[in-house]
Amino acid sequence: MKNYEIRLSGSGGQGLILASIILAGAAVIDKRHVTQTQSYGPESRGGSSRADVIISDREIYFPEAMNFNCLLALTQEACDKYLFDLREKGILIVDTTHVKNIALAADNTYELPFTDIAIERLGSAISTNILALGFLVRITKVVSEKSLEISLKQNVKPAFVDLNLKALQIGYDLADQYTGGNQK
Amino acid sequence: MPKAKLESQKKAPKTKAKVAEVEVKVPGPLEELEQKHERKNVLMQGNEAVAYGALDAGCNFFAGYPITPSTEIAEILARELPKRGGTFIQMEDEIASICAIAGASLAGAKALTATSGPGFSLMQEGIGFAKITETPCVVVNVQRAGPSTGMPTSPSQGDIMQARWGSHGDSPAIVLYPDSVKESYELTIRAINLSEKYRTCVVLLLDEVIGHMRESVLLPDLRKTRVISRIKPNVPPHWYKHYDKDQKYLSPLASYGEGYRFHVTSLTHDALGFPTNKAAEAAEMMARLRRKITYNIRDLVQIESHQMEDAKIAIFAAGITARSAKAAVAIARSEGIKLGLLRPLTIWPFPDEAVRKMLQDVEAVIVPELNQGQFIREIKRLTRDKSEGNVVGLTKVNGQMLTPNDILRKVKEVM
Repeated sequence: MKNYEIRLSGSGGQGLILASIILAGAAVIDKRHVTQTQSYGPESRGGSSRADVIISDREIYFPEAMNFNCLLALTQEACDKYLFDLREKGILIVDTTHVKNIALAADNTYELPFTDIAIERLGSAISTNILALGFLVRITKVVSEKSLEISLKQNVKPAFVDLNLKALQIGYDLADQYTGGNQK
Repeated sequence: MPKAKLESQKKAPKTKAKVAEVEVKVPGPLEELEQKHERKNVLMQGNEAVAYGALDAGCNFFAGYPITPSTEIAEILARELPKRGGTFIQMEDEIASICAIAGASLAGAKALTATSGPGFSLMQEGIGFAKITETPCVVVNVQRAGPSTGMPTSPSQGDIMQARWGSHGDSPAIVLYPDSVKESYELTIRAINLSEKYRTCVVLLLDEVIGHMRESVLLPDLRKTRVISRIKPNVPPHWYKHYDKDQKYLSPLASYGEGYRFHVTSLTHDALGFPTNKAAEAAEMMARLRRKITYNIRDLVQIESHQMEDAKIAIFAAGITARSAKAAVAIARSEGIKLGLLRPLTIWPFPDEAVRKMLQDVEAVIVPELNQGQFIREIKRLTRDKSEGNVVGLTKVNGQMLTPNDILRKVKEVM
């Protein structure tokens, strides 16, 4: 596979950088080349935040995603800003809790209220990032789910591992429901 | 697949560490690399690599004032140094930090500090102190964008000239500049090695993107990595000269507390370290500081020649911009454009010889950099018989990286 570029975007505090680290860690366990970069403002919450993960079989030169194979947008602002850099036939995943308008109909758009689902099923919005990551990985199959779980355990404090594994599983299940379990 | 070749300018003394660098540079599937080196890949951040590189080079003292985007270095060393019997001190500011590492070094420690632009500016005085007193230490500067506090989380290459000329009084400079997480690890070890060997303050410049980026990294085998420590005097204490000119400019260094008594002053000094105003002694001291660098250019300068063999147009770039350039080279080559890249791993002393050769071999040189034109002055300085018009700059100072397309567009403009 050539470079597979993923951008996780939203606002500061949604845990996108952590999600990107877990995803990149899984790619390393899968023995792939990977770079993970991020861009965020000086504030720790609020403000726009994004993280890029590039996964490849070869050495990666430029570490910023330019034409994403997959874009996850958790806020309207992020969706508006990055949608046009999505590759043809790229996968768009949006959180409809915050994203109300999609300016351009992408070929493969997945719309789900991830934040609402996290609040409803896990009691808070805090695991939205991992829930969405589980959804993304089951849809894109960019890393193996086994590696993803190992990486999650390596990157999350022990007290939160169970909660996040649960969030991951909900993400997987949502993907199966969405695609009718027929995702190739 | 392009094969990146790492070479020292002309033939530098071959150390084991350098051989290891060349081996691991071969790109390919990770699985193959792992088998070849029998080592595991890890996901590591640039700042993390600096911290672990420092520990593996024997750094046992860190004094600093945490600042974005270098904070992780202090964070990790605060956790790891005490475990290994080392010392971590958070100082009140950067001036105190540089003074503390110079003092620790005089007491025998391998000392390092990490900062960003605002702190680097404050440290200039202390860096000059370390240089004139020939005290080994390493300053890591993870550059941020803009003057003053600028944009803390945005990349820039604005401190290239400051790293050379920031300190007053015409002092020498050794400055290293990695372009990947793995190289951040390697060059941190090299920075500490060089500081110990040449008894000076060595600066390691990182881009914000490299400091914060995580990559899959196959670290070189520590058993094959050379770690250099300062030469200790082998004379009785009363014969010891702190600055011994007979030692081919690399003189032994005693530490306080070992029975050797010596005087250290930031004033111009004689061989024993006492202040002097005598012209001959001052000239001798300045010459020694200069010759440490000029007599050892081949040991100090490291460059990477990437697809330069048949290049018609060359890019000269360092750090993260060199990564963009490598991507641009790959795209250009697929379109039949003969593009190459010359990348300095050591930016000061400047790789004059390699740049002169490049200027002879190619028709045009493009110098992309995340500042308003710092490297390009050095390249133009070296255009002797060629017109300066063949050297074209490309700059960006908005806190974003130069993309491969930015560079490619410039290449097509000059073609």
